[in-house]
Amino acid sequence: MALLEIKNICKKYGENQVLEDISFKIDQGEILGLLGENGAGKSTLMNILFGMPVIHNTGGYEGEISVDGQNYKPKNPTDAMKFGIGMVHQEFMLIPGFSITENIKLNRENTKSSLTGKLTKSNKLNRLDTKSMKSDADEALKKLDLKIDSLLQVENLPVGYKQFIEIAREIDKTNLKILILDEPTAVLTESEARDFLEIIKTLADFNIAVLFITHRLEEIKSITDNIVIIRDGKLIETAKTADVSIKDMAKLMVGRDISTSRLRKNKQLDDKDIILELDSFSVNMPGEQVKSINLKVRKGEILGIGGLAGQGKVGIANGIMGLYPTTGKIYKGTNRIPVNNPRAALMDSIAFLSEDRKGVGLLLDNSIDLNIAYTSLEIKNEFLKKVGFFNVIDGNKVKSHADKMIEDLDIRCTSSKQNTRFLSGGNQQKVCIARALTLKPDLLLVSEPTRGIDIGAKNLVLETLIKLNEEYNTTIIITSSELAELKQVSDRIAIITEGSITSILTPEDSDEKYGLAMSGKKYEEVTDDEY
Amino acid sequence: MMSIKKTYEKIGFPRLIIIVFIIVLLVAAASLKIPLSGIYSDILIRFGMNAILVLAMVPAIKSGIGLNFNLPLGVIFGLFGALVSMELGLHGWTSLFASLLIAVPLATCGGYLYGLMLNKVKGQEMTVGNYVGFSIVSFMCIVWTIAPFKSPELVWAMGGTGLRTTVSLENTMEKILDNFLSFKLFNVTIPTGLLLSVGLLSFLFWFFTKTKSGIAMEVAGSNENFAVSNGVDVNKERIKGTVLSTVLGAIGIIIYSQSFGFLQLYNAPLYVAMPAVASILIGGATVSHAKISHVLIGTLLFQSVLVIALPVINIISEGSMSEIVRVIVSNGIILYALTRSGGVE
Repeated sequence: MALLEIKNICKKYGENQVLEDISFKIDQGEILGLLGENGAGKSTLMNILFGMPVIHNTGGYEGEISVDGQNYKPKNPTDAMKFGIGMVHQEFMLIPGFSITENIKLNRENTKSSLTGKLTKSNKLNRLDTKSMKSDADEALKKLDLKIDSLLQVENLPVGYKQFIEIAREIDKTNLKILILDEPTAVLTESEARDFLEIIKTLADFNIAVLFITHRLEEIKSITDNIVIIRDGKLIETAKTADVSIKDMAKLMVGRDISTSRLRKNKQLDDKDIILELDSFSVNMPGEQVKSINLKVRKGEILGIGGLAGQGKVGIANGIMGLYPTTGKIYKGTNRIPVNNPRAALMDSIAFLSEDRKGVGLLLDNSIDLNIAYTSLEIKNEFLKKVGFFNVIDGNKVKSHADKMIEDLDIRCTSSKQNTRFLSGGNQQKVCIARALTLKPDLLLVSEPTRGIDIGAKNLVLETLIKLNEEYNTTIIITSSELAELKQVSDRIAIITEGSITSILTPEDSDEKYGLAMSGKKYEEVTDDEY
Repeated sequence: MMSIKKTYEKIGFPRLIIIVFIIVLLVAAASLKIPLSGIYSDILIRFGMNAILVLAMVPAIKSGIGLNFNLPLGVIFGLFGALVSMELGLHGWTSLFASLLIAVPLATCGGYLYGLMLNKVKGQEMTVGNYVGFSIVSFMCIVWTIAPFKSPELVWAMGGTGLRTTVSLENTMEKILDNFLSFKLFNVTIPTGLLLSVGLLSFLFWFFTKTKSGIAMEVAGSNENFAVSNGVDVNKERIKGTVLSTVLGAIGIIIYSQSFGFLQLYNAPLYVAMPAVASILIGGATVSHAKISHVLIGTLLFQSVLVIALPVINIISEGSMSEIVRVIVSNGIILYALTRSGGVE
């Protein structure tokens, strides 16, 4: 009998089916790899298993789960712990000011009876038994082969150790049967990651089942016994790891059922005519760091930038615009643009559509027409008229221009004086695009243009970008989490992993090449013999 | 039905309550045989006296520093200007313009320095402003006692040093704006000059908000990230708003004092910020959004409540209840508005 069995799990968020009919099982001491792109449904599945409140707040799930043959329906993380399921989160859940011991024993402290405890007949007011807590903690650390004083504060530890302490906390739970690891190696250096994988193997020897989620395919290949691949909420494959090559894994992970036809004709581009060059370009954007990349963009090109979340793809456009601390050189044509200076970038005819539409892209409490005209007004002194010595906004011009844009882009609104806060996501994005169109830039940086937009509006947004490119020869750099979308519109697609460009691919390249690039490998470098 | 609902939404709940309250007070005043024409004149005068101090809140809110609780800073420069003009022995219009001429440049410098400071405490402007206000007023209490003013109208009669707590403007600029072109309409005195000066400053500020510079200031205030990504120097715009607010505070107190007839020194400037804040919030502004119409509506409503409530409550109750009512109303409104600061009006 399997230790954990999941049968026909379905989950909807509103109308959106995020998981459909997922079934698999894990045995004692087995390491199971769970693979999928961003948004494939991995996190939702883990949230169901760990009984996170978000699942119940959105209407629960369908299907059955059993642990050790017992029916298991977790309502909160405490249920999960009772059944021996532990989880190590992607972000650290540690209290910096507490010692390692205190963090490991958090909320499960050993206590000695005391007067206040006796009076209140509750464990809550008993004294802490620091000595036995320390010895428990030491034991857990020893299992992980970690030689460190368990009374040190967590705050000052290197990142790698913090990950180990999270695991120590889980194995200290005496009934731990199943450990869920959600992208545990994402923050570790290569050597730390290698040690970490060794420890996972040891855990499996203690008969703990491990559910391992990562996008690093080589890690999956090297330590898991079996793999489960999900894509768009559907189970694609369950197999023995030994039977599937890394290339096949990549293909299964990325490949799509819906063939997305290209929206754009291939274009002849001159390799000598470079409009933008990045030279050892680094951006310190929290969560999306870019580490010393070099990149050349040809005039008239649509360049896609893809990759998984948190790898740095979003940082590039934000860095060029100077919105986050940036080092390195940016050349626009032959002209060097100062870094960390948004105005200079705008003056040099570079425009930016932010991925954070509501936070950066819009004035939510101002009218549509001002939102559309503002950048041109500020940078190019358009939409102004002279009154005496003063430059005053020309309300009629702003309004008539906005009305034209509203018609051209089919922005659904009550009038051009409506505040953008009340528009739908798609229409808000169209307002942002209208602003960029008004500016008529040489180079347009677009981040996540279709995020949170329904299918119909999606195509209109992409078609507008292509039209802009074809009619005005505007060079476009489009950053997106959706590969399919990049393939539809781009001439080349750069894949970013861990802050660097792994490969630059063409839209015709195979799914496996894309899958490998996103896990940080070049197609040519990968052979299965390594493992 | 729809139009009633729409009108209700446009007026808003707080204003509706105050309008109803004012009507109740007016009915009470009429039945108590208090002369209404006097009340109407008072409302107009007090509206004119306070409107510019309330207007000083608008550039602060628009540029993103929120309500300017440090209005006493501007007020002190205004008072200083008026004191210097008296020390120079000026009278009438010369005295008024000299006061403005001295106060405005000083307020500009002071506002600039205060703006630099506010850029270092982003997100805390209102709390910090409150305490800067307290500190400046306390500091000036020392300055007023030792400043080398000589005019016998200004200094204590005995001893000959240190400024009086209230300085009479009787011989200089008392009511000079109020009386300018003033006339009587159905027994109600219209303070034409006072209302014109409010109109002029409101118009100038409105015009400024339509200029490129004014729009940039507003953009910086409504979404800092948006402003940065559009090449606007947010810190500069915030300083601009702070300076404007401080200058309007200085002009505001001069116009207030000429109508009131006295300059109030020492602790008095502490009490200018709260009524101004309450007025603009009653008018429908939030800590992040304000218009000139909010100033005009808010000042009118707030001052009306005070003007009418005073005599009515004094008649129907013992002692000075009206002062207590005023404090409860103004602070209650500030509290209400601050709890809704995040929302959209």
